[in-house]
Amino acid sequence: MVEPGTLDVRAKQATRRWNLQGLMVVLFLALFPFLASLVTGEPPDAGRPKFWQGLLIQAYIFAVYALSYDILMGYTGILSFGHAMFFGTGVYATAMLLKHAEWGLGQIFLAVLLITFVQGVLFGLVSLRVKGVYFAMVTLAFAEAFYILSEATDFRRWTGAEDGLHGIPVPDFINPTDQRLRFYYLALGFALIVYLIARRVVNSPTGRVIVAIRENETRAATLGYNTFAYKLIAFVFSGVLAGLAGMVHALWNLNASPAVLSVNTTINALLMTIIGGAGTLVGPMLGAGVLQLLGYVLSRTFGPRWPLVFGVVFILIVLFLPYGIVGTWNRWRAHSSTKDKPSLSSK
Amino acid sequence: MTQEIILETRDLAKHFGGLKAVGGVNLRVRAGSLHAIIGPNGAGKTTLFNLISGHLKPTRGQVFLRGQDVTGLPPHRLAHMGLGRSFQITNIFPNLTVLENVRLAVQARGPDNFKLWHDYRRFSRYISRAREVIEYVSLKGKEHLLASALSHGDKRKLELAILLASDPDILLLDEPTAGMASEDVPELMRIVEHIRQTTGKTILLVEHNMDVVMRVSERITVMHRGRVLAEGTPQEIAANEAVQEAYLGSWGTRTG
Repeated sequence: MVEPGTLDVRAKQATRRWNLQGLMVVLFLALFPFLASLVTGEPPDAGRPKFWQGLLIQAYIFAVYALSYDILMGYTGILSFGHAMFFGTGVYATAMLLKHAEWGLGQIFLAVLLITFVQGVLFGLVSLRVKGVYFAMVTLAFAEAFYILSEATDFRRWTGAEDGLHGIPVPDFINPTDQRLRFYYLALGFALIVYLIARRVVNSPTGRVIVAIRENETRAATLGYNTFAYKLIAFVFSGVLAGLAGMVHALWNLNASPAVLSVNTTINALLMTIIGGAGTLVGPMLGAGVLQLLGYVLSRTFGPRWPLVFGVVFILIVLFLPYGIVGTWNRWRAHSSTKDKPSLSSK
Repeated sequence: MTQEIILETRDLAKHFGGLKAVGGVNLRVRAGSLHAIIGPNGAGKTTLFNLISGHLKPTRGQVFLRGQDVTGLPPHRLAHMGLGRSFQITNIFPNLTVLENVRLAVQARGPDNFKLWHDYRRFSRYISRAREVIEYVSLKGKEHLLASALSHGDKRKLELAILLASDPDILLLDEPTAGMASEDVPELMRIVEHIRQTTGKTILLVEHNMDVVMRVSERITVMHRGRVLAEGTPQEIAANEAVQEAYLGSWGTRTG
């Protein structure tokens, strides 16, 4: 644990309060299928409870994806327009290995880890040489290259070209249709584990240097930090997490289509991060949930014109919650209690 | 006192297009000395600093640190060789607390920067050292304020604290009192003098305030239009006619 005197008692209490609140949210989500079953009177593995679990599963997957994006945008302060490359690579690697090679899930997991790691190092080494909007453009170009590749008819045998891959043979024990409840816990556990790992990393010495680079890269370099190396670490870490989110996405949807590599997929990550709050871990995850549920509710209410309504909601959020839901909440709390100083730890 | 030359530039020059911001400067700084660089606005003082600290690559010439050619090395490499600098325009981490600003500077020189799996709060030696430095620059009690919330004078102190915390052998101070209220200047300069007296660190100082420069420095280099106009002790500089003509005359009237 933290040694006495090194951390304010207040900060410790704040951390404990956060942990307690987080635990209650996780508990609620873990019990959700059964609560839904109680409310609706239907079994937890059928009917509306099953359908709602589906919505949440999708939200958990995007929560991980949005969190990975925020490692770059909110923590390191670099704006990537090519995050879909990692997500889509995870989706396609999983789909192709299951469909054509019939690998086991463990092997696929390691393969996705390795592929996205190498991808992160290679593309990071090239694109991080430029900054700001140039970085955004270079990453966009790389992601578009993968998108075009996924639609290329030359590789139809492997990728299905513009049709994508369908009917991926996912092992029976986690088939999302027949084993919905099991898949629900798999996705929830996945999101929870990634959150805990990311929290450890952003609160590590390296994680703090990454935040310092966001705040003032010149200063960080002048202090002796090789900022390129730290940005590369953040880029690779973020990419690997996005790739793993892509893997679960493929298992859940039982398909892979070029859309997962399109620029829209990157924009979604950006929206979730901004709505939830950049520079926090909980924020993008919440943003993913909000986007997912809002999309469902709005499309049911307004039909195909729902993006129009969503646009208005998004503008309102940006206007009135400029730091996102969690970011604004944190600031409001820091201001409301005059004695409560902002805590050192980031959540 | 040791006569070792810790920092030297040879014919160091930087041209921006046709503008010769620094036009061939030879500078020799003795270890443990407080060496000031003065000169009117646009004399090339800050550009010279940027060349020494690796923020700019020279058009011509070389920089030597302890006799080793370090020309063109990036700032983070030079930092690890003991060269630290502060900036004329406050250069801090605005949305981090004062403590975290300084703690990051301490951590920079430690061996734990690439630990991804440990909580940074467990490295208590960095935190306690940061608290010491904060107390040293008299910012105690403000550890948990965001750096952006500090007054200008306190930001200048924080700038100095960040530099001190990174424990350099040579401190390049670029107008540490820039923009400070005049009543705050003596306190900051006391801290600077105290640093040199108690630690024996070398300080290279760019400063506009002539009273301060004349009082604290051992050697002064006067720059004018990118070149060295004169170099010597404060007495020699005060007596130098060329300097008086080009520079001190106008300053005498301003600082009164």
